Amino acid sequence: MATLRLEIVTPEARVFSADVENVALPGVDGELGIYPLHVPLMTQINCGELVIRQNGKNRHLAVGEGFVEITGDHVAVLTDMAIDADLIDEAKVEKARREAEVRLNQQLSDEEIAVTEASMAHATTQLEIKRRRQVS
Amino acid sequence: MPSTRDIRRRIKSVKNTAQITKAMQMVASAKMRKAQMAALAGRPYVDLMNKMLAAATASAGEFTHPLMEQRPIAKRAVILVSTDKGLCGGLNTNLLREAGRFDAKETVFLTAGRKGDQWTGRAKRTVAERFTYHDNPRFTDALAICKKAAELFSSGEVDQVDVVFTNFISTLNQKPVVRQLLPIVELKPLSADLKVESTESHLAVSEYQFEPSATDVLGNLLPKYVSYQVYQVLLEAKASEHSARMVAMKNATDNAKQLIKDLTLEYNKIRQANITKELLEITSAAMAMGS
Repeated sequence: MATLRLEIVTPEARVFSADVENVALPGVDGELGIYPLHVPLMTQINCGELVIRQNGKNRHLAVGEGFVEITGDHVAVLTDMAIDADLIDEAKVEKARREAEVRLNQQLSDEEIAVTEASMAHATTQLEIKRRRQVS
Repeated sequence: MPSTRDIRRRIKSVKNTAQITKAMQMVASAKMRKAQMAALAGRPYVDLMNKMLAAATASAGEFTHPLMEQRPIAKRAVILVSTDKGLCGGLNTNLLREAGRFDAKETVFLTAGRKGDQWTGRAKRTVAERFTYHDNPRFTDALAICKKAAELFSSGEVDQVDVVFTNFISTLNQKPVVRQLLPIVELKPLSADLKVESTESHLAVSEYQFEPSATDVLGNLLPKYVSYQVYQVLLEAKASEHSARMVAMKNATDNAKQLIKDLTLEYNKIRQANITKELLEITSAAMAMGS
């Protein structure tokens, strides 16, 4: 069976690099399910949940905004954040979110606002995914 | 011949210096490990972004972006990434030699780091804006620099933006490099000559589809690309700085230790010579009395 080589890279590290069966991405225009032999595509993703299907098992990741390059046998995801849903520390993220909230109310330069908003979005995404997974 | 007291005093002062350099070496080596890891961790990201952009621009057709516009170069801006503090060997000297090659009249500088800033004063260069960056470079630091650079470039004030920084190769080796940042033409990572674990070549595909559109995707990707390049440059510069300082301080400590050894030897020689002299005086005095 054909597989996809999935690669997820963040500024901190190469998070994931392996062959997978398919992957679901939070695209800007809605969720994208990518299977092998997809048409070459270049697109953007939003903060959200990325689901990897590997060896018949699903793996969930929280990802930030970013870009995706898709060829028939290769998916490269370039994103600000990628964290395994099972590794999300709810208390820590909640704290980070509150800190970001506080910071946003202060006088900040444009650059700082952009960065703080991004970390806020990251935290919110992580929390959403974590909570959704706990319910299901 | 110096007296034993002089030499004792010198040994003491060298010992003090050695203590300080040793402490600085320890601090630098701790910081160095962190900075090196940050620089190395950032490389795959920038590398992949590069490849994506290369592939995207190749298949985007007639796409142009303000940041890609090529003009005849009348004026250029140079982002000079230096260190804030000295005591890091020849790092800044080598860096500033590169920076000095730019024509003084046609170049404005954006400085990051105090050493480069001081140099622009000494060398009588024009400075457009001064920036600082943290010891653990933050993304906001890079964003601020990029914003100014993009502004200068888009407004037509400058026609090219280069960046001068010290590329981190290894603990013992850092190289000052000059790379073009804007306009975005050759899609080469700023830290190109480094071995990055290569992502599989997937550039063979010629035609990409874009979603929502090429303009949207590339329009978002390009500014991000520039700011991440600058961020990586800051990381590389920091890794280089701490490595260079660690090595410089280690050399200083070693030299001080050698100096202490030599001085101690000399001290003992003089001490012995003095004792011998005294003995001689006593015995010759005794002989003179006895005869």
